[in-house]
Formats: sequence, structure tokens, C-alpha cells
Amino acid sequence: MKFLRQFMDKIKPHFHEGGKLSKLESVYDGMETFLFTPNTTSRSGVHIHDSNDMKRTMITVVVALVPCLLMAMYNIGFQHFRAIGVADASFWQMFLFGLLALLPVIVVSYVVGLGIEFIGAQIHHKEIQEGFLVTGILIPLIVPINTPLWMTAVATAFAVIFAKEIFGGTGMNIFNVALITRAFLFFAYPSKMSGDSAFVKIDSAFGYGGGNVADGFTGATPLGEVATNFENFSTSAMDAFIGLIPGSPGETSMIAILIGAAILLITGIASWRVMLSVFAGGLAMGALAHAFACDTYPASMLDPITQVCLGGFAFAAVFMATDPVTGARTKIGQYIYGFLIGVFAILIRVYNGGYPEGAMLAVLLMNAFAPLIDYCVVQVNINRRAKRAKVQ
Amino acid sequence: MALIKLKKGFDLNLKGQIKQENVADEVTATSYAIIPDDFTGLTPRMEKKPGEHVAAGEPLYHDKNDEKVKVTSPVSGIVKDVVRGERRKIMAVVVTPDGSNDNKRFDTKATPKELLLESGLWAMIRQRPYDIVPSSEVRPRDIFITAFDSAPLAPQLKLVMGDNEKHVAKAVEVLSTMTSGKVYLGCPKDYTIDNTGAEVNTFVGPHPAGNAGVQVANVKPVNKGEVVWTLDVVTAARIGKLFNTGTVDYSTTVALTGSGFIEPTYVKATMGCSLESLLNGRLVSDDKDKRIIAGNVLTGVKESIDGYLHAPYRHITVINEINKKDEFMGWASLSPKKYSIYRVFTSWLMGRHKEVDLDAKLNGGERAIVMSGEYDRMLPMDIYSEFLIKAIIAFDIDKMEQLGIYEVAPEDFALAEFADTSKLELQRIVREGLDKMRAEMC
Repeated sequence: MKFLRQFMDKIKPHFHEGGKLSKLESVYDGMETFLFTPNTTSRSGVHIHDSNDMKRTMITVVVALVPCLLMAMYNIGFQHFRAIGVADASFWQMFLFGLLALLPVIVVSYVVGLGIEFIGAQIHHKEIQEGFLVTGILIPLIVPINTPLWMTAVATAFAVIFAKEIFGGTGMNIFNVALITRAFLFFAYPSKMSGDSAFVKIDSAFGYGGGNVADGFTGATPLGEVATNFENFSTSAMDAFIGLIPGSPGETSMIAILIGAAILLITGIASWRVMLSVFAGGLAMGALAHAFACDTYPASMLDPITQVCLGGFAFAAVFMATDPVTGARTKIGQYIYGFLIGVFAILIRVYNGGYPEGAMLAVLLMNAFAPLIDYCVVQVNINRRAKRAKVQ
Repeated sequence: MALIKLKKGFDLNLKGQIKQENVADEVTATSYAIIPDDFTGLTPRMEKKPGEHVAAGEPLYHDKNDEKVKVTSPVSGIVKDVVRGERRKIMAVVVTPDGSNDNKRFDTKATPKELLLESGLWAMIRQRPYDIVPSSEVRPRDIFITAFDSAPLAPQLKLVMGDNEKHVAKAVEVLSTMTSGKVYLGCPKDYTIDNTGAEVNTFVGPHPAGNAGVQVANVKPVNKGEVVWTLDVVTAARIGKLFNTGTVDYSTTVALTGSGFIEPTYVKATMGCSLESLLNGRLVSDDKDKRIIAGNVLTGVKESIDGYLHAPYRHITVINEINKKDEFMGWASLSPKKYSIYRVFTSWLMGRHKEVDLDAKLNGGERAIVMSGEYDRMLPMDIYSEFLIKAIIAFDIDKMEQLGIYEVAPEDFALAEFADTSKLELQRIVREGLDKMRAEMC
């Protein structure tokens, strides 16, 4: 790696103030710290530091998302060939189609998001923050595959600027940036975000695949089917567990999500308290809805297990609710926060006819309440301290 | 006697532990120094000029705002230099011994307070809130003596005291006349000092169990408006000896630890001793740069070979400045050599308590606080440390008070600073918070 080091050292002066490329200083800085762990040593305070830093933390989350990503690619291809009535597509054909379909979304998400981050870092003369590494991969996984790329680009730009940069960047945002991207799309372009044509790609990807819809194929997600056509609903919890069903790319397969959850929990990056309590809340609300099942709200007919396996619930529980920045930060707060996300997700899904899925809105809603929950938990500590002072 | 079990915190197992308990012969240095920055809260005003003779135990300077609080010379000799830094701030007062062995004798009949102030041992005590040298006006609620240092590679205070352990009982007797409350002694599991008259609490658990602040918080926390004193058992033994014999004894045993030593060992020396004489011939000599730390790796002060043994420490740690330069894509490393207390590196599979040789590298850049609960895991106190840190950064006085700033000292956050993914300088933040708070309150 000596050659690379020498090369980086050689071009370094151009990026410093006064150099030809000084406008790209933070980009150079980002690249340098990406390639080589900085040699800076501690100036004040402790003399030794743990090896873990934000880069490692974020990259671990990205690794946890890889199973979902691979499964998403396979499933996009699977749904595509099923939709056009090709029965004998091989595994690799499906995977290739999914790869070609998803790759542009990933590229758009990273280019737009990181581009804005770089500009922001340069304006503030700060180091580039790693937060978008995770957001950038979450966005392609939660945006329906048929969303036009320009919409994804606009939504990503909106989310990064208005949900993150104006609050001060990574670590300062109130709402989950990836979910703001999706919420923006959801409310700005509703026709592209739900319905039967959103979730299964029929057109070709870079000229590969493509065809006409086979007879009798609808392309509706299981939850869409529940809402509109419950008599014909046939998806079992097992189908949802494996994940070969229509839906947003990352959310369909419970297996992939659970592998990701295992990585996050073993490494200790995500809070098990949040994850556990989201599922607890979802199951509790699912059971309650199921106990009072009625035709008016067809989703209440689903049993609680199927309920949490379907839609974006599990994905939101594992990857969205556990975002430490936008979630509750106290231990007790995390239980409350997670539980309420679970409850609201199912509540919206079952009793709000307008939205077949509630996970996104539930997480965003609780993002807004997380500081309040923490405030109350911390206030208990404050009151205890105040009381202790008075007694003596 | 109570047994207090602490779960939070972490015991780092660093390379360079002392293997045997032998104490090497006394090191005599050609110069000794007092560093005013070690006595937080005091503004020095010199009593001795360069060239003047000073006896061991005679004041070098006193506090500008509280003239009774004095800092005394550890050895008898000539005041060689008053080193000044920016804006004429006094950085060090250097004394060269002249071989006179002139020990100032104190009248043990004087009141305990006068004797402590006059002898300079008062300045070795710290008070909560603010973690400063106590004001001579305030009577503390309680006094806490800690009998062990739980920091990485820290010396056993029992060995540091040696024969002087017998004076601890006297110190407790004297100190209990100075407080309206009790004198508490915080002991580790395997070592207690009996029959001192102090209320003994045994602390079981990882570092920072030995921190005075942690012990106070788990016995009887400091409330707003209250003052407690904290000191370690070595200082207590010195106080006892002063009242028993009438002289101040600044001799001590120093632990030389860390991967930078050929053989980590204990050595006899006197407070303020120059590092050159202490380290001479003991360091591993290779090309790698060394970081010399007066104190432990968490709270110590970075020093050069021209530096001195700082008054509060009986501990020198030497580690490598950088083990491996220009590490390629360190964040993606799968190497078990990358040590972390988290399970994000493969090193946890080898055991997190395995001996490691850590360098001074920051291992990342400073970021906003992202991960939650990291600080709380390292601080066994009933405090929401992350919220407190945020209140300090925002300088929200009410919130700082409510969240318990009076109970903490920078050293309590040292382990959290080590573990922080965001690489924030927590000890500096807390110190500045305490200083600003004190300026606001006084």
C-alpha cells in the first residue's frame, strides 16, 4: 500500500487552501481517512482509544443489510419472471435481473446523498460523516422498485437536506433520513408508491428481461390484497418468512432480515431492547385486533404472527426503529419507544383504510416522540436527585 | 461494613503489568518540581523566589484567592526556576536538592486544620463538587478515603504506602474532627485496613470502582449545596504521619508500567522527582516513539522525558505513540489484533480481557454522539451521563445541576472517553463544565 500512500501524499497539497482543488478538500479528506486510518494520537484526556469508530459502526450495519440486499435482488427477478409468465428462469437469471434493476437505484441514492454530504462538509469545513453509508443502502431497499429514478433522486435530496443537514448532519437529525425519503415519495407521488403496479418490475432492466404481463397476474403485495381482496388472500406466514412475495425490495424476506438482526445484535450495534419491544408491541396489537376481528377492517383477520411477518414491519423493527440517533436513548425509554412503534404500525395497518402499511409512519411518529419519552425518563432521575437533596 | 457490588465499567488488561512486588531502591534526582496545574482550583502566588532556600514541607506558593491554602516543597534545596508559560502562567516550580536534608518541623499541637493547611497536605485533598482543592472555609459533609486504584496498570496503594499504613488510623482520627459526618474508607475485595475508626465499604467490580467519585455516589451521593472531601489512602497515611511525627513525608513508591519498560517495576522515589532519573535505563529502546504518561493511561498527563512525576500520581506509564503507521482501511479490518471492547472487531472472539498493547492512536475522527448508552455502561453512578455531557456542551446550568454535575469529576468519564465511538474529549468537556459552573456560582 506504500504506492497508494505516496500517491495520496503527492496529491495532498492540491487540496489544501490555496491549491487548485481546495474546493474538494473534504472529499480528499474523506478518501484519505477511508483508505488509511488517521495517524492522529490523543491530545487531551485518555491516551488510549478503542478501535471502534463511526466508520466501523456504520459499515457493520451495511454488512447486516447485505442479506436483505441479496434477497431483494433475487426476489425482484423472481417476481419479474413470474409476472411475465416465464416459468423456467434459472436462479442466476433471476438474480441478474434483480441486480440490474436495483443497481441504478443504489447508485442514484449514493451519488445524490453523498454528493450533498460532501458539499455540506466542504461548506462547514468539517470531516465527511459516515451516516449516509447506511441511509444510502436503506433507501433502495424501501423504495418500490418501479419508482422512477428521478423521483428517488429528488426524495433523497429532500431528505438529506431537510431531514439531516439543516439539523446539523449525522447525529443531529430528528427523523430517520431513509424513512423521510420514502415518506416524501409516498405523499408526493402516491400513485407510484402503492397499488398493483408499484412493486413488481415488468419492464426490462438494461434491456435484460422484460415482457408482457401474464394472464391472471396482479402484482399486489399481500397487504394490498388483504385490504382490497381478502377472499383471495393466500399468502401464508411461511411465504412471508421466506420472502418470495411482492413488496418493497428489502422488506419481503424474514429470513434475510433475521440474519441482519442477528448481526446487529451480536455486534451490539442495535439495541435489543428496541427490537424486542417493537415485535412485542406488534404482536400485542395484532392479537388485540385479531380478537376483535371484523369485515370492515380485513387486516384484523390476520393472526398476529402473519401480521408481523408481512409488509415492512420486521424490516422497520430491525433497521429503522433501532437507529440510535432518532430513537429513544435511555434504556427504559427504548422499551416504551419500541413497543409503541409496534402498536402504531399494526394500528395504522389495520384500522386506516388509506394505508395498507403503517410501519413507516409508526417509526416516523415515534421519532417525533422519542425526545419526549427520554425527557420523562430523565426527569424521573432529576426528581429523585432533587428529592434526595431536600430530604437532607 | 458494607459490600457494594458494581457492574458497570471495564478492566482493561494492558501489557506492561508489574510481575513481582519487589520495590527497587530509592531514586535520587537532581531536580524536583511542583506542577501547579495538578492542584486544580488554585491560582499560585509565589512565596519563594528563584535562588532561595526551601526546606522540605515549607511553602513554595499559596493560592491567590485563599492564602491559607499552600503548596509545599517535597525536598529541601534551592528554588532553581519558576517556569512560566503563556500570559506568565506558572507551569512548574523547580527545586534542586542541596543535600541539607532540612525537614520543616510542625507543631502537632496546632489545630488539625491549621496543620493540614500549613504542611501543604491540604492541597492533596480534593472536594466534590468541582473536583478542586477544598476551600479553607468549608466544612465537609463527609470525607471519603479510597484505598485502591482500579485504573489500568495502577499500583497497589498498599505497596505504595508500605510501612506508613500504620498512620492511617491517626489520619482518620484527625479527619473525623473536621467533618460533621463520617469518614469512609473504600476498600477492594482483597485488602482492608482494620481498626482505623473509619466506616469501611468494600467495592467489588471493574474500574472505575476505585474512583473516589464512584464510591461517594454509591455510598452517599453529593447533593446541591453539600461538599465532601475525597483523598486516597496514601495521602491519608501522610496526614497520619504528620500528626504522629510532626514532619511531612513526600517519599513514595512509584509504579513504572506499560509496554515501554524493559521490566515494569516498583521503585522508591519522592514526589516531584524528575522523570529522567526515574526512567533512566529502564525503557525499551527501539525506533518507535514512546508516550510517557505521568499517571495511568486514562487520566494521566502526557509528559516528555524532561518532565516530572506529578504530585497526584505514583505511577508512570509508557506506551507506544503509534504501533502501526498508515494502517490501510483499518475500519474494514478483520484482524484480531484490533482491540475493541465492542463485538464489532474479531478481537472479541479472543477474549476482551486478554493482555493487549494499545497505542495512543485516536482510531477514528471526532463525531457527534450517535450510539446510545455507551457512556452509561462505563459509569456506575445513578447519572444519565450522555444527557449530562450534552447539557455541559450546551452550558445549560439548570440542566447540569439537575443531572448531577456536582457528583462527577473528569476522571469518572475517562473510561467512557476510551470507549466512545464518537471520540469526544469527555474529560476536557467535563473539566470545562465544572470550571465554568464554579465561575458562575462563586
